[in-house]
Amino acid sequence: MTTTAFDPRAAQPGTAIPDFVDAPSTRTDYVRYQGASGDMNPIHHDEDYAKAAGYPTVFAVGMLAAGILGSYLADLFGPENIRRFKVQFRDQSWPGDVITYGGRVVASRGDELDLELQATRQTGGVHLLGWATVLAAPSN
Amino acid sequence: MSEPTGQPYTIEVERGKIREFARATKARDESYVADEQPVAPPTFLTSAAFWAAPGSAALDATQINWARILHGEQEYVFHGKPPRAGQTLIAQQRVEDQYEKQGRRGGTMRFFVIVTEFRTPDGELVAEGRSTVIETGQPAAS
Repeated sequence: MTTTAFDPRAAQPGTAIPDFVDAPSTRTDYVRYQGASGDMNPIHHDEDYAKAAGYPTVFAVGMLAAGILGSYLADLFGPENIRRFKVQFRDQSWPGDVITYGGRVVASRGDELDLELQATRQTGGVHLLGWATVLAAPSN
Repeated sequence: MSEPTGQPYTIEVERGKIREFARATKARDESYVADEQPVAPPTFLTSAAFWAAPGSAALDATQINWARILHGEQEYVFHGKPPRAGQTLIAQQRVEDQYEKQGRRGGTMRFFVIVTEFRTPDGELVAEGRSTVIETGQPAAS
């Protein structure tokens, strides 16, 4: 998906973070993230292991959606302008899920903006909630 | 009460690792590929576990049951710009807080708040990671 031009310098309390609707999630997404992060928990890629543990199939790494949300913020505001990023994990996410990432600006202090964020499944269920503080002005 | 603390370990913030992590988290910013020393994505320090040596995990000391561990929350705070490729950081974990709650399905849930400090070799605090992990009263999968 492409996002329309977002001007971080014009953001103020109430400004929406444009939705990023990701492609349906795949096991390959999980494996690529696990390789990149070093988290090799087999519950996220080994079908037999997941079923033996009582799950219908493998499920998403929570830090994958956290990472996608964080990287999306960095795309919008600049990687050098992120000052705080927090997520709280809620509903599990499964292969094929379409996750929508978004949020809004809730407060500002000088050049800093506070954001409330979420990653929502196609069911409407919340996969994770997020909070961030970013610099809205170019830091260079 | 002294907080359980892990051994410090050294992290080299690597350009190739940043690029791999950026791709895995679907980043589009061109800096990860184009810059000599790109700034890492916000959750990149998750991958610091790669460099963690035996004895660096603060929770080892508390003898928790890893089969019953869930990740509840994760936070990163940056004191200035986030880490950038080429930096060397010294990481150290500590258990900041622990408490118990009664689980809805019975059993006691134990909560641990684990803080990792990331400092320059000169001791300047660059970033803090704060994880809340939950040890469930029953196997997480049952």
